[in-house]
Amino acid sequence: MNGGGDAEVASPAGPPQSLEWKFSQVFGERTAGEEVQEVDIISAIEFDKTGDHLATGDRGGRVVLFERTDTRHHGFRRDLERMDNPISRHPEFRYKTEFQSHEPEFDYLKSLEIEEKINKIRWCQTANSALFLLSTNDKTIKFWKVQEKKVKKICEMNVDPSRVGNGNVASSSVTAGVKPYLANGVCPERSYNYLSNDFAFSPGGIPSLHLPVVVASHETSLVAKCRRIYAHAHDYHINSISNNSDGETFISADDLRINLWNLEISNQSFNIVDVKPANMEDLTEVITSAEFHPTHCNMLAYSSSKGSIRLIDLRQSALCDNHTKLFEEQEAPGSRSFFTEIIASISDIKFGKNGRYILSRDYMTLKLWDINMDAGPVATFQVHEYLRPKLCDLYENDSIFDKFECCLSGDGLRVATGSYSNLFRVFGVMSGSTEASTLEASKNPMRRQVQTPSRPSRSLSSLTRVVRRGADSPGVDTNGNAFDFTTKLLHLAWHPTENSIACAAANSLYMYYA
Amino acid sequence: MAMIDEPLYPIAVLIDELKNEDIQLRLNSIRRLSTIARALGEERTRKELIPFLSENNDDDDEVLLAMAEELGVFVPYVGGVEYANILLPPLETLCTVEETCVRDKAVESLCRIGAQMKESDLVEWFIPLVKRLAAGEWFTARVSSCGLFHIAYPSAPEMLKTELRSIYSQLCQDDMPMVRRSAASNLGKFAATVEPTHLKTDIMSIFEDLTQDDQDSVRLLAVEGCAALGKLLEPQDCVAHILPVIVNFSQDKSWRVRYMVANQLYELCEAVGPEPTRTDLVPAYVRLLRDNEAEVRIAAAGKVTKFCRILNPQLAIQHILPCVKELSSDSSQHVRSALASVIMGMAPILGKDATIEQLLPIFLSLLKDEFPDVRLNIISKLDQVNQVIGIDLLSQSLLPAIVELAEDRHWRVRLAIIEYIPLLASQLGVGFFDDKLGALCMQWLEDKVYSIRDAAANNLKRLAEEFGPDWTMQHIIPQVLEMANNPHYLYRMTILNAISLLAPVMGSDITCSKLLQVVTNASKDRVPNIKFNVAKVLQSLIPIVDQSVVEQTIRPCLVELSEDPDVDVRFFARQALQTSEQVMMSS
Repeated sequence: MNGGGDAEVASPAGPPQSLEWKFSQVFGERTAGEEVQEVDIISAIEFDKTGDHLATGDRGGRVVLFERTDTRHHGFRRDLERMDNPISRHPEFRYKTEFQSHEPEFDYLKSLEIEEKINKIRWCQTANSALFLLSTNDKTIKFWKVQEKKVKKICEMNVDPSRVGNGNVASSSVTAGVKPYLANGVCPERSYNYLSNDFAFSPGGIPSLHLPVVVASHETSLVAKCRRIYAHAHDYHINSISNNSDGETFISADDLRINLWNLEISNQSFNIVDVKPANMEDLTEVITSAEFHPTHCNMLAYSSSKGSIRLIDLRQSALCDNHTKLFEEQEAPGSRSFFTEIIASISDIKFGKNGRYILSRDYMTLKLWDINMDAGPVATFQVHEYLRPKLCDLYENDSIFDKFECCLSGDGLRVATGSYSNLFRVFGVMSGSTEASTLEASKNPMRRQVQTPSRPSRSLSSLTRVVRRGADSPGVDTNGNAFDFTTKLLHLAWHPTENSIACAAANSLYMYYA
Repeated sequence: MAMIDEPLYPIAVLIDELKNEDIQLRLNSIRRLSTIARALGEERTRKELIPFLSENNDDDDEVLLAMAEELGVFVPYVGGVEYANILLPPLETLCTVEETCVRDKAVESLCRIGAQMKESDLVEWFIPLVKRLAAGEWFTARVSSCGLFHIAYPSAPEMLKTELRSIYSQLCQDDMPMVRRSAASNLGKFAATVEPTHLKTDIMSIFEDLTQDDQDSVRLLAVEGCAALGKLLEPQDCVAHILPVIVNFSQDKSWRVRYMVANQLYELCEAVGPEPTRTDLVPAYVRLLRDNEAEVRIAAAGKVTKFCRILNPQLAIQHILPCVKELSSDSSQHVRSALASVIMGMAPILGKDATIEQLLPIFLSLLKDEFPDVRLNIISKLDQVNQVIGIDLLSQSLLPAIVELAEDRHWRVRLAIIEYIPLLASQLGVGFFDDKLGALCMQWLEDKVYSIRDAAANNLKRLAEEFGPDWTMQHIIPQVLEMANNPHYLYRMTILNAISLLAPVMGSDITCSKLLQVVTNASKDRVPNIKFNVAKVLQSLIPIVDQSVVEQTIRPCLVELSEDPDVDVRFFARQALQTSEQVMMSS
């Protein structure tokens, strides 16, 4: 059941079985009683296209990279894994490097503080051994190159550094890329002026001169370098960035506008969607998320706070205020309440790998849309229906505005999204599939399996019991229902080729496999 | 550590700094690589410096870029063309780096070196390099390889040529759009080196694949290929193979592709020749002029005149003119603006009658456009129409347009129209100017914005040059002098500025009799800014007027100012006095 290629093989035999999720790894696990630092809370997770790398961003503006340690054999059908044989291999990651991507800033013109929190990370095409990624906070997108560099030592200079007494001299061997250092302590200006009177060199050259000898050691160091900064193009907060399949452009979306950039040009972008009304009092809808189609370079989708998804075709016009397709669900008559509009707001959309399906997450549900069918979603999954009676409380404490992300498996057979109490849910999307697992971001993910999605009322009580047991779930609300709204699992990502999920519980990164 | 002789010290430092921590110093050393090479001698450059540079491939991009550039002109330092192949390995590595500008430079340098290499060396060294890059694991190498085929191909033996063509065709089908883009944009150069027989078969089939690429960004580049390939093909082949592609592109789903067609249309017409242009490209162009997307119409509208020039007037009147009429009331101001900037050029092409009958109404409606850029664009090209139909027919509409622009609330618009006033004056003639525009020119001198006042003063000078001193004496000087007593010092300053500009044009007599007195009066002004500007103006008048006038009028005035309580006034007065003394001594 693993891997995209196997999907077609497995499906004719009926809906795939529910996956047995197992704990794989945790990074930054909290010890009992440890206070979580605000800056350490993870705010973005993203696998790269191959699944060999994983990046997380946090509220402190840092980006942490992980790399896969188990070697993978491409080209082998994973027959072993498809059978019931115990799976011996699953993706394992190790910490690779981290760097400070964004710093807190202050916009003096608008008297606004700009948080350093990383809103989104997107991987770009790797070239050579270097990794490239885009990271963004509310206002500024940055393009990073992370590259291994061999540590080199330089010896045998022409000019003996000790001979020059300017005091500006360090040792004769230096490791690359640390601190500025003058080998000779001589003012460079002077030496070049000296040379410009062009003295005659003998045709054979000067034997006493030699090139510095570089001794490369086996040690390598990872260097992250910011290559480009795409700034000053967004009046509102950036909620998404997305790479185009053409490999040269990407989009960035804020509440009211979507801009198109060329990766190589950081000083101009093109506005392609602008939903800002002439009069801000007429504002009824904002952009909440945007993503490029995975293969068609001209298509992109964006979601709105009113629960609609618009598909636009960049070929049609320069300014794409008119959508090509609109996906929205007609609300059932009579079901309208004060919260209807709030919970309809889509917090995240993702294209499936082949680009046919779009997964959207609103407050209560996950919806899967077929881009060829705009009448309504092909499937709807209730994420935490038992919260419906408590919407009022959720509104009171602002939890109703939490933005949960969602993800699809590489084979498109399953979808996942987060909930409260560090729970996340995995659903099978194949018709006939009843798979609906609830997992907890902890070392024992399956302990929430007792509840069944078909009977929400019972599951709520069982949940209550379970959660009370947990030492790290403090909140018990006034009704005595312990459901911890502060531990919410907002960010998670599915490995592109295998059944492996990375999810963020506050400052900890949990990884599971099946 | 070797002890270095004193004269060698700088070069030793230069060499050491190839590995300095400070990127600026490394960059400096790399930029002086030729000096280092000469110091080492040709042999050691080949054996030591080049291998050293080859290993230096993980340096910062700025350094790599400089290195790629230097290596391109390095042939003399390695011992001439027979050793040129030594330079290929470091450049090959640079062709694979991630930064586009470094790769581009490395490719450029490789081409430069390859162009000098002997045929046998190319076969032995250069072609294998191209093949290695084209088979590179990372897309960066494959992207670079596309730009080298046109150097490698001509000297390859027949077998190898076949192979190179097939490699290129694979590159055009690469998985990575970046590679296909590079292949598409280099196709023209490569095709120019391919034999006509293969051009018609291999290259054309590669080209057709590119024109049907899924990625808009690849098809975009294929549009340019149309013009390049069209020029290489026989006319009949061009009509058979290129023309249909252009017509298809002009109806592409993607507006960016159509935009490219609109932009390139003139070149495409040249490629296919006059007859197919008339039969096939005119309809295509008409479609582009009526495109849904404003960007496409902007590009197409901007080419109207150029396109009409290659048609005969009848066709232009019959097919293009109706579209032009529609465009003149287009919903997008940018389309109208693009049209306005070229439409006047159609007058000479269509001739007098058609211009009066057809174009004039369009001119007039554009002159009344709500968007100032459109009106300005029309006015700026007035001379082109004047030659054909004279100005009279337009002048009645021109005046309100000019007046409105002259009073526009955006100062940049006012500035633009001031800059066209001398052109207008020359086209409209003195009579029209006196009646209508003279007052405006004076009005600008009292504008709220400095740039406008400054431009207005300069405008007076240009008018004086255009119409001569006599006219200026009558129509400009009196009004200017009247304003010299304006209660606001900034306006008085503008007048001083205008005087200093007008004086050289008016000559010594008028300056002495009319202008000088105003300046000396101003030296009694209560505002120091005026006074030191007086000093500056007087300084500029010294070379114009007679020595006696300097002695009798200017110097006493300056001496007085040089004892002013204000430090700036004293400074400029003394500066002017010094100048006057120098002039005296030299005469």
